[in-house]
Amino acid sequence: MAEFEPKIIAFCCYYCAYSAADLAGSMRLQYPANVRLVELPCTGKVDVRVLLGAFEEGADGVYVAGCLEGDCHFLKGNIRARKRVEYTKKLLDEIGVGGERLEMYNLSSSMGPRFAEIAREFTERIKGLGPSPLNRGYSPTKEEKAGEQR
Amino acid sequence: MIVAEPKPLAEVSELIGEARKILVVGCGGCVTVCLAGGEKETGILAASLRMLRKKEGKTLETLEVTLTRQCDPEYVQLLDKYVTEDVEGIVSLACGVGVQFLAERFNKWVVPALNTKFAGGAVEHGVWEERCGLCGECILHQTGGICPIIRCSKSLLNGPCGGSQGGKCEVNPDLPCAWQLIYDRLKALGKLDLLLEIRPPKDWSKARDGGPRKVVREDVRM
Repeated sequence: MAEFEPKIIAFCCYYCAYSAADLAGSMRLQYPANVRLVELPCTGKVDVRVLLGAFEEGADGVYVAGCLEGDCHFLKGNIRARKRVEYTKKLLDEIGVGGERLEMYNLSSSMGPRFAEIAREFTERIKGLGPSPLNRGYSPTKEEKAGEQR
Repeated sequence: MIVAEPKPLAEVSELIGEARKILVVGCGGCVTVCLAGGEKETGILAASLRMLRKKEGKTLETLEVTLTRQCDPEYVQLLDKYVTEDVEGIVSLACGVGVQFLAERFNKWVVPALNTKFAGGAVEHGVWEERCGLCGECILHQTGGICPIIRCSKSLLNGPCGGSQGGKCEVNPDLPCAWQLIYDRLKALGKLDLLLEIRPPKDWSKARDGGPRKVVREDVRM
């Protein structure tokens, strides 16, 4: 059986994680192609509905990457995001998807290597957990994904 | 406002049973303000129920509508076009009043998604406290704006009981004694003599003891 390739959505703050992803690219750092980035003006923009929506639409894992605590461009956006992530984790446990499929990370725009590390770390975690219970019927394999990109 | 909080997801899921299509109705009144049943919470509940069902390999179709208020037939009737034959159940995110108004209008299985808690207000972001006992005859002018009926654990009307220690209630060390608050407040206002007035016993027939209540305004009836 082909190896499970999870679909991961990363909600990234423009001021840190998204720039860190750029830096990781400039540094030619490798990180799994499973991670799809969504740029946000601030992680304070994430909402329970958006996080749930990602899972409902087929994500196997979701993470939110914001600025280091105390460094938010909008002062408290990342603190609020963390609270919402914690709330959504409980909700995902109730639904049966599992709160461990959602995580909040903090990093700065200069942490390109850390960005790649988070992407690898989280992808490994989701691979370990297997497909989301909502996607048990279907999960794209490496071959299918290659076909998708062609 | 009426303060409510969501029922556990598993409970709501059980209430809707095997329904294949449900109408999830939010309320734009009190429960929107207390973040329990507004448009956003309606979306979250509908998505959660759909995901729960999907996890079991089945599907659930949800229609989401948030009314301005559910405690007013004028708004409830706007749901008529959504309550079609194939809708097998209605989930209401309103207080108990809204749930009943929907159940009265539609010949469908209507279930509550919230537990209605009390009449209160937000003391800070995310914290709501009970403030009114809905007793039907307000006495706040006698007690310095502090309600002994709801804020005293025993609803005493004639001063503190022996459980008042150091300004706190014996029920909970974090709970201030309402009568201590009343005394302090009246003292600060120079109105302690209010406490010396002799008053007849409270007429509880104006509260729930008299059965369900009704207010009629003839001048505004159609």
